[in-house]
Amino acid sequence: MLQAMGARSIDDLFSPIPAEYRLERDLKVPRQMAESEIVDWFRERSRENGDSYATFLGAGAYSHYRPVIIDSLVSRGEFLTAYTPYQAEISQGTLQAIFEFQTMICELTGMEVANASMYDGSTAAAEAVMMAVRLTGRRSVTIARSVHPEYREVLTTYAHHQNLPLATTPFQDNGRLDLEALEKSITPDTACVLIQSPNFFGTIEDADAIAGIAHKKGAMLVVSIAEAVSLGIVEPPRHADVIAMEAQSFGVPLGFGGPYCGVIATREQFVRQMPGRLAGQTTDRNGKRGFVLTLATREQHIRREKATSNICTNQALVALMVNIFMTIYGKIGLRELARQNLAKTAYAAAQFSKHSRLLFSGSPRFNEFVVQTSEDPYAVNSRLLGHKIVGGLPLKKFYPELGNAALWCCTELTTRSVIDTAVGLVAESERSVRSAQEEVDAQEVAR
Amino acid sequence: MKKMTRKATRHVSQNEGLIFEKSSAGKAAWKLPPLDVPEVDTAALLGSSERKDLGNMPEVSEIEIIRHFTRLSTWNYAIDLGMYPLGSCTMKYNPRVNELVVRLDGLANGHPYQPERISQGALRIIKTLSECLIEITGMDAITLQPAAGAHGELTGLLMVRAYHESKGAPRKKILIPDSAHGTNPATAAMVGYAVENLKSNAQGMVDVAALAEQMNEDVAALMLTNPNTLGVFEQEIHKIAEIMHAKGGLLYMDGANMNALVGKVRPGDFGVDVMHLNLHKTFSTPHGGGGPGSGPVAVKQKLEPFLPTPVLITKPDGTLGFEYNRPQSVGRVRAFYGNFGMFVRALAYILANGPDGLRQTTEDAVLNANYIRKGLEGAYDLPYSTPSMHEVVFSDKLQAKKGVKTMDIAKRLIDYGFHPYTTAFPLIVPGALMIEPTESEPREELDLFIEAMKSIAGEVEADPQTVLDAPHSTRVSRLDETAAARKPVLRWKPAI
Repeated sequence: MLQAMGARSIDDLFSPIPAEYRLERDLKVPRQMAESEIVDWFRERSRENGDSYATFLGAGAYSHYRPVIIDSLVSRGEFLTAYTPYQAEISQGTLQAIFEFQTMICELTGMEVANASMYDGSTAAAEAVMMAVRLTGRRSVTIARSVHPEYREVLTTYAHHQNLPLATTPFQDNGRLDLEALEKSITPDTACVLIQSPNFFGTIEDADAIAGIAHKKGAMLVVSIAEAVSLGIVEPPRHADVIAMEAQSFGVPLGFGGPYCGVIATREQFVRQMPGRLAGQTTDRNGKRGFVLTLATREQHIRREKATSNICTNQALVALMVNIFMTIYGKIGLRELARQNLAKTAYAAAQFSKHSRLLFSGSPRFNEFVVQTSEDPYAVNSRLLGHKIVGGLPLKKFYPELGNAALWCCTELTTRSVIDTAVGLVAESERSVRSAQEEVDAQEVAR
Repeated sequence: MKKMTRKATRHVSQNEGLIFEKSSAGKAAWKLPPLDVPEVDTAALLGSSERKDLGNMPEVSEIEIIRHFTRLSTWNYAIDLGMYPLGSCTMKYNPRVNELVVRLDGLANGHPYQPERISQGALRIIKTLSECLIEITGMDAITLQPAAGAHGELTGLLMVRAYHESKGAPRKKILIPDSAHGTNPATAAMVGYAVENLKSNAQGMVDVAALAEQMNEDVAALMLTNPNTLGVFEQEIHKIAEIMHAKGGLLYMDGANMNALVGKVRPGDFGVDVMHLNLHKTFSTPHGGGGPGSGPVAVKQKLEPFLPTPVLITKPDGTLGFEYNRPQSVGRVRAFYGNFGMFVRALAYILANGPDGLRQTTEDAVLNANYIRKGLEGAYDLPYSTPSMHEVVFSDKLQAKKGVKTMDIAKRLIDYGFHPYTTAFPLIVPGALMIEPTESEPREELDLFIEAMKSIAGEVEADPQTVLDAPHSTRVSRLDETAAARKPVLRWKPAI
């Protein structure tokens, strides 16, 4: 080939790079491995990574069953190794799939339009808030403290350099947003209220009441939904203006935190301020139905610094997993799946509450609940780890005011026997704290 | 139709409606195990929050789902079918071992909040990949948190801003060459900076004299793609860095074109302060129809305090963990730790290559681009004669005389069995044809591509209408994008 090009050596082709910067040594990266060695190396890492533990963790990343055909289908090279479907004539597969995805997200959220995906739930929430800022021309944002703490951190990062003031509204003893405090926090400059429902504690918010309060003062309501399976049995926030979802629960592996699948859904009238790609239906020269990426004038490759967002690459293949999952479970299966989550959680919460304090018990919840133990939850979890069970997420880091509280999650995959084992170990922890206390008391009496 | 090249022929294409059109009550593809806890009264638990109906969600059987998506898949072009020469997109082969290792149980099922002591495998992957990428870029520190290239740009500019703030003021502007990707100015705007355009010189490179004039204490950084979007290496990169640094500015490098540099030259060595990588370009993770990607950001020491939280550390006992207490950090840009699944794939790619393989990959990518350049010179106008690295940009100047534009040639290329190149970008080349073959292509495929492009150039002369009406062989002909945007139909609705 070099000969065909009239070049003497491969180095000729790199002559534009000033000699002083050329790397004249090998990169210090591991030596080349054979495929079998690569597989072995990652198997070893997999074994070091909690392989075969049962888990009670949720908190924005949920362990649901993934039907086998999801991976069969997304592994097809025509989906896996295709680019963004800008050339519509040879991308109809991806485009029609996106159109179906948008439709199902609309059906589930009660919204009128949905985009092709965002990076994840946290960035989708931040972008949805920015969207509300553009739509209202107002600058400040009220955020429920019961929104996922890491989502709030991401929003803080995004808002900081746009100089958007953020106010946080507390939750009540029942785990729901404090509506009086909310009403007070909304000013004529409030662009939107951001809530999560089910919220970070698993509690279902009264989204209609919150929408009423926000709208009365001219602010929008943005609702983050982190547990998509809840949509099978929990009424969606139909009065919201924008919904920012994390769809990981729909067939996406936990994968140590990503890639996941954010989505933004909204009303038709707001679509031109929505970030992200959109597939739309049209016809070809012969009148045949087809699909294209559309309304691109919102996007960075056309509008540059005036775009609605800088987003380019999204989560297409993960959205396809979500799409296939929604198609598999469909109208009936999603409800039954959600119902099993509800039943497992109701059972577990009732069992735990026999030994420890269940917080926020006065409100409806989906598949998560908060348990306050006498012992530090990290210590409780150490007891469970010995039985290959990962306990609930200790909340001290995010909510120090809740003391020894942990957030537990049950899904259709959580078996009764694992719940019973975990409850037994928590009971043992409570007994050990009690007997230690009795010992101290006895010593004091003796003294 | 006349005889075309050996690459493609006609083939039956299955018709398939929307999934909603196939749905009928009672069909199901799911099965849940029997409930092992007591049934619940949903109305009592949820009250008015209970959902009663799931609208038009489909009901279909498993074989229908398999056929539905398989049929849709056959309507796509893909790297697995042939060369995908999109410039600046680096459509290289996506190794299948990557797909296997990412699905190993402990990695696929790892929860981001599981205790660190049972997360050492995932943390080891993050650490090993971080070290490799730092070495490849010649930088000092890295975050893997950003989910894509544009998200990396956002993270990088947030750090630029935090750096300047720590020196007293954030400054006001970002300089961006007119050849840049659209994400660059869009990102600058998101971080609260004004965008100032920087004109390219006659060689398609940064006009160093103009830069010296435009650079002042209001400029926070220059966002530079190197090689730039013409596939040209910025030969005066050291002068560019000096000009920026002399006035306290930073040099940001968009790493979209890193596939031209790996193992041959390191941005950290030529003065770059902060840069992002696209694991879905240079490091072989699949594009998946538009994502997911991953956009790590590598920085020099002076920017390290501003990295997003958390940062991976080695603890005193030798185990790995995350450090959250970083007072100067720009904060989080994403929940959890980034697109971990992409880290696994990128690391598998690096391990499969090693130092020799990475260097050869770069050499082959540059070789392939220059082979195409040589093969098509004369048939297409080359607006810049500056040497090409991993991609080459032609223009439609010769064909435009016959009324044929770059998009028409691109559509005709589909009939020859190829995915089009990138059209109409970079903006500094009117009617651009931006071609990046990557290292993955064997000479046979490159020859077929050259043959196809030359054949189209011939058609433009002899029978331009054939090109203007292309594609002729696809399921659908050219689609009406104007109508799609004017009256958007963005979801299916049942017929009333």
